[in-house]
Amino acid sequence: MVVIAAGFILLGARDSDQPAISIEQAARANGHHHPPTLGSGLYQYEHPGRRRFDPQQVFNPELPPPTPAPNGIREFTLVLEEDQLHEVAPGVKMPAWTFNRSVPGPVLRATEGDTIRVTLVNKGKLPHSIHFHGIHPAKMDGVFEIVPPGAQFTYEFVAAPFGIMPYHCHTMPTSQHIHNGLYGMMIIDPKQGRKPMRELAMMMSAFDLDRDGEADFYAWNGRAFQYADHPVALTRGEPIRMYVLNMFEERMVPHLHGNMYQLYPSGTSLQPSEYTDVKTLNIAERAVLEFQYDFPGFYMFQCHVSEHMEQGLMGWFNVVEPKALVAKKDVR
Amino acid sequence: MAESVAERQMEDLVAHDQTAAATSSVARRGSRAAIIASALLPVMLLAGILYLLVQRGTGLALAPPAPIERIEFERVELYPGEIRAHVINSGPESVTIAQVQVGWLNRASWEFTATPSATIPRLGRAVVRIPYPWVAGEPYEVVLLTANTLVFTHEIAIAAETPVAGGSTLGSLALLGVYVGVIPVFLGIGWLPFLRALPQRGYYFFLNLTLGLLVFLGVDALHEALENAALVPGPYQGIALILIGLSLSILLLYAISGRVKGREGSGGNGLLLAYTIALSIGLHNLGEGLAIGGAYALGEVATGTLLVLGFTLHNLTEGVAVVAPVVRSRFRWVHLLWLGLLAGLPTIAGTMAGALAYSALWSVLFLAVGAGAIIQVVIEITRHQIRESGTASLANAFNVAGFAAGLAVMYVTGLFVTV
Repeated sequence: MVVIAAGFILLGARDSDQPAISIEQAARANGHHHPPTLGSGLYQYEHPGRRRFDPQQVFNPELPPPTPAPNGIREFTLVLEEDQLHEVAPGVKMPAWTFNRSVPGPVLRATEGDTIRVTLVNKGKLPHSIHFHGIHPAKMDGVFEIVPPGAQFTYEFVAAPFGIMPYHCHTMPTSQHIHNGLYGMMIIDPKQGRKPMRELAMMMSAFDLDRDGEADFYAWNGRAFQYADHPVALTRGEPIRMYVLNMFEERMVPHLHGNMYQLYPSGTSLQPSEYTDVKTLNIAERAVLEFQYDFPGFYMFQCHVSEHMEQGLMGWFNVVEPKALVAKKDVR
Repeated sequence: MAESVAERQMEDLVAHDQTAAATSSVARRGSRAAIIASALLPVMLLAGILYLLVQRGTGLALAPPAPIERIEFERVELYPGEIRAHVINSGPESVTIAQVQVGWLNRASWEFTATPSATIPRLGRAVVRIPYPWVAGEPYEVVLLTANTLVFTHEIAIAAETPVAGGSTLGSLALLGVYVGVIPVFLGIGWLPFLRALPQRGYYFFLNLTLGLLVFLGVDALHEALENAALVPGPYQGIALILIGLSLSILLLYAISGRVKGREGSGGNGLLLAYTIALSIGLHNLGEGLAIGGAYALGEVATGTLLVLGFTLHNLTEGVAVVAPVVRSRFRWVHLLWLGLLAGLPTIAGTMAGALAYSALWSVLFLAVGAGAIIQVVIEITRHQIRESGTASLANAFNVAGFAAGLAVMYVTGLFVTV
C-alpha cells in the first residue's frame, strides 16, 4: 500500500508544483471577451433602452427658458420633508431629506438684478436652513437663519452675480443635511441674456448608503444610471448648453464622448475659458458647457473618474437626425 | 379533546389495575387526572400567551428604526466570465437584492441574476450570478445592495477558478487526500516492528507520545472549528454546532465501544482501542480534508506544495497513534490495513467534498465531531494505561517526557503548515 502510495506521490509530484489555476486556464478564462449579455447593468456594452426607473420619476434635465420676472421679483417655495423614499439606483430606495420631494431640489432660475424670494417651509422634525452661494446680505446667508420644525422663513436678496450658484441646507451637522439630499442648483442669467439654445441642468452628486465614508452610488440629477436607462434625446447640429454642478465632496470630471465643449467656469463669464472634453470640477464647483453633435448615434456623457462612472455617473445622449431630414427619408 | 384522550388513557391504566378496589380506583383516577392536568396546564397557558402575543404584538409598539436585514455569503464560486455567490438570508425578514457591485480597485455596478428570486425569504437561499470578466490572481469584492440600501460585501482574496466535478479535478483532489491523510498514516504504521522491539519503558514513552499528539490534534481541531464557526451563517449557531458535534461524538463513541466490549466480554482490548483511535483520527482528517479542499476551492492554496509536505510530516505521527495500543498484542496483519484506511481515507472524502461543495457549516461540524472523538480516545488511552500500570504511571518521568515529546513534535511540524 505504502509503495503504491509512494508511486502516486512520484506521479503526482509535478502537479503539486503548479498553481491552483494554470496560466493556460487563466488565459482561456480571460482571453475571450465575456460581455454582459443580460441587460444594461454595465451600461457600457449595450445600447440603452431597458427600463429600470419609473419614467414618471426621472428628473427632467430640461430647463424652462429664462423669462422676465413679474415686478422683477422671483418667488419660490421650497417645502422641506425628511425621510422621503428616494430611488438612488434602480430598485434601491433610501429615506432622503428633500426640497419639494426631489433630490436634487428644483432648479431656481432668475435674471441678474431680480429680487429672489425663497420661502422655506420646514415640515421636518429637525431645524433646517438654505444657504445660497452668490452675493447677498449676512442675514440672508442661511447660516444663522435656521428654521425650526413647523416654521417657515423667507430668504430675500438681489440676484448677483450671474452664473451657476449651488444652494444647500447649512444646519449642523451640515454634512448630514447635504448628503441626505438637501441641495440644488440656482441659475442666474446675465441681464443681456445668453445666446438662446436648448438648455439642460445636470447635477453631479453621490450617496453613501452604509455611512462608511465611501459613496455607493454616483448620480446625474440624483439617480445612478438614470440617463443610461432614459437617454437624453438631442438633435444633430442643435447647439446645447449644459449647466453642470458638482455637489459631492470629491472632484468630478464631466466628460462628453465624441465631442468637445466650450467651458464657462462658474458660468460667471460670457467668454469661454477653454475648448475641451474634460474639466475637473472640485467640490461645489460648477460650469456651463456648450456643444453640439455633428453625427447621429448614442454618445456617453460621464464623469471621467472611472469609479464614479461605474457606480452610476454616466448616461447617454441619443443624437437623432433633425425632424425635417427624417420626414424626407420617410417620404422616400 | 386533550382531556378526553387523557381520560381514555387513564381508563386503560385503571382497567389494568386488577387489585384496586372500586372506591380507591375512583380516587386514584381523580388524582392521576389531576397530575396529567397539572402537566398540561402550563403548556396550554403558554400556547394561549403565545397566541395573544402573535395576535396583538408585544404591546411595546416598537418599530425598528432601520430595516433589519442580513445577507450572508455561504460560498462564492468563480467560473470563466462569471462570479456566482451562494447567499442566505439570515435576518428576521425577507430581503430584496436590488443592485450588485463588484469591487476591484473601485466598485462597479454590474448586471446580475438571482435564482430562484432576488427577494429571499428568511433563511432562504439564492444564487447570484454576475457576468463579470474576472482575472485570475486578482483580489475582488462582491457587494450586494438591498432595496432598503443595506450593503453586504464578500472579499475574494485571490481569484481562481472554482474546480468543477471533472474526473481530473477529482483525481488530483483525491491525490491531495492521499498525500495528506493516507500515506502518513501508513508510514506511521510502518513503525510497528520498531515499536514492538522497544522495552516496556519505551512502549509507554510512545503511548504517551501518542497522547500528546492527540491532545494537540484535539485542540487544533477545536481551534479550527471555532475559527470556522465565525463564518457559519448566524441562525445556524456555529458555537452550538461545535458543542453538539463534540458531545455527541464522545457519547456515541462510548456507546459503540461499550456495546462492542459488552459483546466480547473482555476488559481492556488493545485492538478495539486502536480502531477507536483510527476512527477518531479519520473523523479529524475528514474535517481537515474539508478545510484543505475548501481552501483550494477558495483559491487560497498558494503555497500548495509546502502545505502538502507540512501536512504529510505533521500527520506521520497519526499512524504511530493508531498502532500504539496494539504494540504488545497479537492480531492478524490485515487489521493494520483496515486501521490505516479508517484513519486515512476520510481525508480523501474531505478534500473532494470541501473543494466541490465547501460550506463552513459542515467543516465546523466535522471538526467538532473529530475533536470529540479525539477527547474520547485520550480518555480511553489514559484509562488503558491506568488499568495496565496504575495511576502512578501517569506521573512517571518517561511517560511525561513522552507526552511532552508528542506535543513538541506536533508543534514543530505544525510550523510547516501554519501559514
